[in-house]
Amino acid sequence: MTMQSIGRPTRAEIQPEDGAQGRVGRGLLQDEPLIFERGRFDLTGVDFDGTAEDADLSDLEGLVRAAPPALPGLSEPETLRHYVRLSQRNHAIDLALYPLGSCTMKHNPRLNEKMARLPGFADLHPLQPVSTVQGALAVMDTLAHWLKTLTGMPAVALSPKAGAHGELCGILAIRAAHEARGDARTTILTPTSAHGTNPATAAVAGYQVQEIAQTADGRVDLSDLAAKLGPHVAAIMVTNPNTCGLFERDILEIARLTHEAGAYFYADGANFNAIVGRVRPADLGIDAMHINLHKTFSTPHGGGGPGAGPVVLSADLARFAPLPWVTHGPAGFELIERAEGDAAAALGRLCAFQGQMGMYVRALTYMLSHGADGLRQVAEDAVLNANYVKARLSGVMSAPFGDGPCMHEALFDETWLEGTGVTTLDFAKAMIDEGFHPMTMYFPLVVKGAMLIEPTETEPKRELDRFCDALLDLAAAAKAGDVDRFKGAPFAAPLSRLDETAAARKPRLRWTP
Amino acid sequence: MRFTKDHEWVELDGDTATVGITAYAAEQLGDVVFVELPTPGAKVQAGGEMAVVESVKAASDVYAPLSGEVTAANAEVSENPQTVNDAPEASGWLVKIKIADPAQIDQLMDRAAYEAFLGTL
Amino acid sequence: MRYLPLSDTDRSEMLATIGVDSVEDLFVDVPATARLPGPVDLPRQASEAAVERTLGAWASRNRAAGAGPFFLGAGAYRHHIPASVDHLIQRSEFLTSYTPYQPEIAQGTLQVLFEFQTQVSELTGLPVANASMWDGSTACAEAVMMAARVTRRRKAVLSGGLHPHYAASAYTLAHTSGVETRKLAAAVDDEAAVIAAIDSDTACVVVQSPNIFGAVTDVSEIARAAHAAGALLIVVTTEAVSFGLLRSPGEMGADIAVAEGQSIGNGLTFGGPYVGLFACRNELVRQMPGRLCGETVDAHGRRGFVLTLSTREQHIRRDKATSNICTNSGLCALAFSIHMTLLGGAGLARLARINHARARSARDALAAIPGVEVLTPKFFNEFAIRLPKPAEVVVEALAKRDVLAGVPFSRLDPGAGLDDVLLVCATETTLPEDIEALAGALAEEIAR
Repeated sequence: MTMQSIGRPTRAEIQPEDGAQGRVGRGLLQDEPLIFERGRFDLTGVDFDGTAEDADLSDLEGLVRAAPPALPGLSEPETLRHYVRLSQRNHAIDLALYPLGSCTMKHNPRLNEKMARLPGFADLHPLQPVSTVQGALAVMDTLAHWLKTLTGMPAVALSPKAGAHGELCGILAIRAAHEARGDARTTILTPTSAHGTNPATAAVAGYQVQEIAQTADGRVDLSDLAAKLGPHVAAIMVTNPNTCGLFERDILEIARLTHEAGAYFYADGANFNAIVGRVRPADLGIDAMHINLHKTFSTPHGGGGPGAGPVVLSADLARFAPLPWVTHGPAGFELIERAEGDAAAALGRLCAFQGQMGMYVRALTYMLSHGADGLRQVAEDAVLNANYVKARLSGVMSAPFGDGPCMHEALFDETWLEGTGVTTLDFAKAMIDEGFHPMTMYFPLVVKGAMLIEPTETEPKRELDRFCDALLDLAAAAKAGDVDRFKGAPFAAPLSRLDETAAARKPRLRWTP
Repeated sequence: MRFTKDHEWVELDGDTATVGITAYAAEQLGDVVFVELPTPGAKVQAGGEMAVVESVKAASDVYAPLSGEVTAANAEVSENPQTVNDAPEASGWLVKIKIADPAQIDQLMDRAAYEAFLGTL
Repeated sequence: MRYLPLSDTDRSEMLATIGVDSVEDLFVDVPATARLPGPVDLPRQASEAAVERTLGAWASRNRAAGAGPFFLGAGAYRHHIPASVDHLIQRSEFLTSYTPYQPEIAQGTLQVLFEFQTQVSELTGLPVANASMWDGSTACAEAVMMAARVTRRRKAVLSGGLHPHYAASAYTLAHTSGVETRKLAAAVDDEAAVIAAIDSDTACVVVQSPNIFGAVTDVSEIARAAHAAGALLIVVTTEAVSFGLLRSPGEMGADIAVAEGQSIGNGLTFGGPYVGLFACRNELVRQMPGRLCGETVDAHGRRGFVLTLSTREQHIRRDKATSNICTNSGLCALAFSIHMTLLGGAGLARLARINHARARSARDALAAIPGVEVLTPKFFNEFAIRLPKPAEVVVEALAKRDVLAGVPFSRLDPGAGLDDVLLVCATETTLPEDIEALAGALAEEIAR
């Protein structure tokens, strides 16, 4: 069998209640039941114009539900309290450093929110006549111009709804390009350290996935890549900077080998924030790359989405971009929605409408605010902050790939904890008690007990120092044998560790009366 | 009982092999939360994917140690995946396979050899 | 730059701690030929006021839906959203948090997801719902792929009443994996054709109700035919408010229900971000795409919530995952859930009845115009009409008179030969004077 043990205990040992714990229900942090336990099934918190009771339903005989959906309603004040109380159980970037590697939890400027809510953007139907949405198309066109200029690429498909959707878009364009030449290729190569979305996307797009080995210094193994490339390989998918926080220093050679084999170079642009304004992917030999607007261009993560994943494309791939797209016409901007003329080769439609307009407005607001000079500073400060954290922690925590500079995130492993009885998981959970969100753990998979720290450029030095001081203090405690500080952690969170094993064995996925 | 390098065990009774994962594997995986088993009648190839054992954070393929036809799947482990942790080499068995060629089993390790192999990991 | 807190002094001190002379030294791994010497050719940083002027100018070049008579639907619907919804989703703790991977400090998001899943389950009439998809169209495409996995079959029959963009999105996702999507000819009612198209290779049948022509149909017969052939029934709903009035997909025999949830809590926003709803029967849960939130207890036995059944997902199963989806539509799901909490089942039922009543008024007003033929006999809040002229021409002409009359069917499906068909939608935001304006302007354009 495959042994995918990654050593994470997922069952919470039941612990006795003590004074320091069980804070929920006391003080400011009150217990909050489910809406189904507090709402009334005949109440509503919305008043309507006119009466609904006299609606004539005669047209719909046999199609009407027997009773309203069995969902409770809450008045507005109760609704506010419910959600505000729930919100207080979340950590957030607005509270403290949120160093999730690979996730780019940076400050979300509120001007972006304000602009996205202008009625001229927020109250716009996707199928209005194009003569009534010229400003919206101007936003899309300007965003496209910025993305193309920053990447050096000639084309961009805006509509992908998130990074993984962007990956699919890019791989489908590559597939279409091969097919247009009558070249049936079967395989996509991706490093072992790749984000899970890369192999998943390749499989969704109908490809087999083969892994490329990694060198001892955390980069793509060129000889392994060369050995695995061949006429069956459609593309490689490589993240750069990679998931170990390192720049693929042989990237030009990677591109050359790939192109020599007739394959395309797809780059996962999740870490574009490390190089934006300083390095253009086109100059690295990349053929297609998605850009997570919710990472590099700071549209808010919102507890798991929405994102947006525009894909920049090389000249060779541009004509396969999905519909729709914006062009300049004699009477202003036009929206190309039909696969005819110049769009005859388009790979089709990825989703119902134009993509994540709300995210376009936010991202463009962010870009215009920073400008070309500010974006360059973003990359510099992101890299500087990560290297500062790495420098301050390296004396104590072990870095798997040596002393060289990292890019926007600092990677540590578990070897420095050996013999302490404390694991990466324990260490991360103890960070919660110090007021920080844990770093990304156990990813990338190629590093045992990985701890991936991405501070981002929006952290002041004082906060970085507070963070490093806290981690060094925890590290000292671990080495001194203070295992109790870790094993039951977190102690100061709304809840202690949760029993994920029980959740998975007997799933309860909705409330039942 | 015989063992594979992929941590499956086999117990042969006539031409019927009972197959499970070893205590070492169960320990490494942590709490098993779900087991996906083949339906009786399915043909399996030695070394081919036969079942999936899942913990919260990992899904591991279990390979068929021998070729043959599945005659039974252990309903107990489907119902209570915990059984794989509690008794991996007894009531936590996964499937029974009617094997085509009993000589196949000679390719597998005995317990001493398996334990020596574990020592090298 | 107002978002960057480091001072030049900070930077110097930090470089000294790192042990390098300049930031340039941190980029040594970048090939020299690829290092840009200075900023790219784009404008420099700008003040908040300046950026606001630029964006404001673009926004003013759009005709907002609420600025006058407005009758567009076809997959995106204009409803009133209570002010408290937008206020709550802008709470820092919701807006600026990540996917709840650390449940101890993400119970807010997790409890919301559990409540959201329960609401979606109740509305769709199916026992399990996930924590959201990108939108209705991508949820529909994923449902087709899921049905192919469950049945191990490679063909999907798509009703001619399915939104053409949904059919196109399903094709894009499915065809590369060898799953064929067979789209039937566009039709207001194609029950017989759908049933006739089902065979022993059919993985699933995809039917929309209310469909793209607004037609509400009882899909029970199609469900029976699909199940008899060993296929799954996927029911698509693009107007979630209709759940307040109509029999649920689950009640009518759906195995999987997908919907666009935008109507509840989320604005039009020119097409996104929206929120896909995805529900199914219990037995199918392990083939579901997307995140799932489940109930459990913490180490002190207190109730809490976690993401669960994650071995289906890309970050664990990689190339064997049920989908490549990672980021979903969390904040839009929150908006949906808050609005749904304010409405309650009773409020949603009232809202749905008002929508139906307004659409009936619009239908009656338009049916009285000579040359207009109403094509949809049973509808919820939108219906199709046939005009004596190409609908795109009429819509463009009415737009010049500041009446946004609806969606020409040819915009969605240019090849269908339905150039004279207009899709008209009315909601609770449609006022009697809006209907008068539309009817008056349309009558004049037709007579012109």
